[in-house]
Amino acid sequence: MRTFLAAAALCLAGFAVSAAPTRPVAPVADAMITSAGMPKKLSDFGFFKDAAAWQPNQGVELYQLNSALFTDYAEKYRYIYIPAGQQAVADGDGVLQFPVGSALIKSFGYKIDGKDRLLETRVLLHRTDGWLALPYVWNAEQTEATLKVAGTRIPVRFTDPSGNEHDISYAVPNKNQCKECHALSGAVVPIGPKVRNLSHDTLDMLLSNNMLEQTSGYHPPIPDYADDGMPLKDRARAYLDINCAHCHNRQGSASNSGLFLTYEEKSPVHIGVGKRPVAAGRGSGGFEFAIAPGEPDQSIMMHRLKSVDPGVAMPEVGRSLVHKEGAALLSEWIAAMEK
Amino acid sequence: MIRTLLTATALCCSMPVLAKTITIEAGADAQERLQEALILAEPGDIVELGTGTFELTDGLSLDVDRVTVRGAGMDESILSFAGQLGAGEGLLVTSDDVVLRDFAIEDSKGDGIKSKGADRIVYHALRVEWTGGPKATNGAYGIYPVEASDILVQDSVVRGASDAGIYVGQSKNIIVRRNTAIENVAGIEIENSFDAEVTENLVTENTGGILVFDLPNLPQMGGHNVLVARNAIINNNTDNFAPEGNIVAGVPAGTGVMVMANRNVQVVENAIINNSTSAVMVVAYTQSFDDANYDPTPREVYIANNVYGRSGFAPDFDGGKQLAAAFGGALPAIVYDGLGKGLIVNDTVPVLSLGLTKVGQSPTEAQPSLYKQSGAGEAVALSPIVLPASMEAALK
Repeated sequence: MRTFLAAAALCLAGFAVSAAPTRPVAPVADAMITSAGMPKKLSDFGFFKDAAAWQPNQGVELYQLNSALFTDYAEKYRYIYIPAGQQAVADGDGVLQFPVGSALIKSFGYKIDGKDRLLETRVLLHRTDGWLALPYVWNAEQTEATLKVAGTRIPVRFTDPSGNEHDISYAVPNKNQCKECHALSGAVVPIGPKVRNLSHDTLDMLLSNNMLEQTSGYHPPIPDYADDGMPLKDRARAYLDINCAHCHNRQGSASNSGLFLTYEEKSPVHIGVGKRPVAAGRGSGGFEFAIAPGEPDQSIMMHRLKSVDPGVAMPEVGRSLVHKEGAALLSEWIAAMEK
Repeated sequence: MIRTLLTATALCCSMPVLAKTITIEAGADAQERLQEALILAEPGDIVELGTGTFELTDGLSLDVDRVTVRGAGMDESILSFAGQLGAGEGLLVTSDDVVLRDFAIEDSKGDGIKSKGADRIVYHALRVEWTGGPKATNGAYGIYPVEASDILVQDSVVRGASDAGIYVGQSKNIIVRRNTAIENVAGIEIENSFDAEVTENLVTENTGGILVFDLPNLPQMGGHNVLVARNAIINNNTDNFAPEGNIVAGVPAGTGVMVMANRNVQVVENAIINNSTSAVMVVAYTQSFDDANYDPTPREVYIANNVYGRSGFAPDFDGGKQLAAAFGGALPAIVYDGLGKGLIVNDTVPVLSLGLTKVGQSPTEAQPSLYKQSGAGEAVALSPIVLPASMEAALK
């Protein structure tokens, strides 16, 4: 279909006399999102106008979160697609419920030698039987991303925002690992798009494009954890929410741990204060409590955040570097707690 | 009801589709080839591992129902995680009706095999080992099913876990049968679980042999109905090498069986020999906790018809040495902290009560005496654990 259109465009271009030909772009391939099977190429979906996936197609919108998950300092580009004429609805907790046929697209990359390079693009497809998560890996030429259900590792050298150089083995998660983080009671769900975590501009955009139902109610926003104008406690809880709570919640992959790090969690012991480890093994680092108030250096949470040793490091997936800024924030928060 | 209907439909529909066997050999790109097979497998398929050592770089995972992963034998098909760069375990299973058999997991950075929410899982004739022997840097659990119903672990060997060799947590309807647990901190641990049988295992050279525990602040609490029977629990005197902070780091070296904060536990017909602290300990949870729904005491523990060897000759807890001296050089075979209720011992060995009166009291405040139970007492019967026939059939 796409080939046909492209060919047609070429033919038409041949007859064009005056104005520069605008090459028509096929719309998003809705059937690829909804029908069974796993498309081999990212381009099969038609989410982007260009082969390098920088120009979102009609109906595909870039969006921003208030607080973002740390993934080895990778730059992330998030897009949302909702089939024409349909809308997402925020449920009572402000979690967006997307119509079948919607897709969330997220590209990961780094600025390398002054150029933006993509490493992988992950898609979440909402089908009638639920969400499906698939990882696509970019070729060196940046012309095509190919499905890699088993994930892969890519050597990357880059400079972080503080000017430190890193040489890492970047891990593209496999399909199951996508689900490990995206699972709620065993089913795949989106993580980021909650009203409280979408930026003001994104909410405006969704509403003015009729992509989000107007009656979505007020959900106090989660602050940007990097915004030091906000209260320390709120920033720390925002960090835990977006970096940890996708597994550490009552229905998530880490439900058995009893450590629940959602922004709404009220119980100090479930947030980790005075909580002893259950199945941490050497992850405990020899410490007694997830959070020892006033003593970040005696807290298992800090030990695991500052480790890059698999079997100790948290989160388990997607981090081979220490997020120094995040660790500093949590350390400050724990240090400020009354002993 | 819906589930039954769906299962029936699935069975009907699956008739024309032949389950296939996908064979994966060791060699280059083992990580990607094996992980891809585990992802693309369809319900009913067998993923067969060739002989040799698979050098893996990341954790593996399986999320498809009714898949069997089968090797050529626990010494023939070896998944080595010595070069693992990421993930919290060697193999993670999150789907139902999975059978894992006849292969080995070596040197994973975290746990060996974890299955979470994976109902009706069979672990058969596996070996999970940290090949450098007992070390604090080894992963926590060897075989680690958690939050599931219907679990069978049989004929497997686990060695070197820095927490428990075989650990079943927050689960229901469990059989752990005929395994060997050697040189782990805890050989076998049943934690926050209901209806379990731990039978015919060889549990040796661990810090503690078999632990039946319940911990606070967890989604499933109130562990009960656990049978520990016909096990050989021998020489569990390895120094505790668990990282501090973990509950098992507090288990004294030389513990045969420890029952903590559980209800209706039977320890019967075991051979419990040469464990230097105690053959059987029955105790309350000792640490501070904040959880109104948690009962830290042991209740209705029944100990009978065991064969005892030497024990209690080098108790590994504060004041233990003095206590042993007071009893003529060795502690009585059974040590009870005096808390909870309903301890029945129908063996002829002496039972030491520490005479503690409140949970969390230090053993240094013990008022030791020989335990006198009221009357002979009989156990509350435990119903035998019955697993779905498909699980037992998978052992063939």
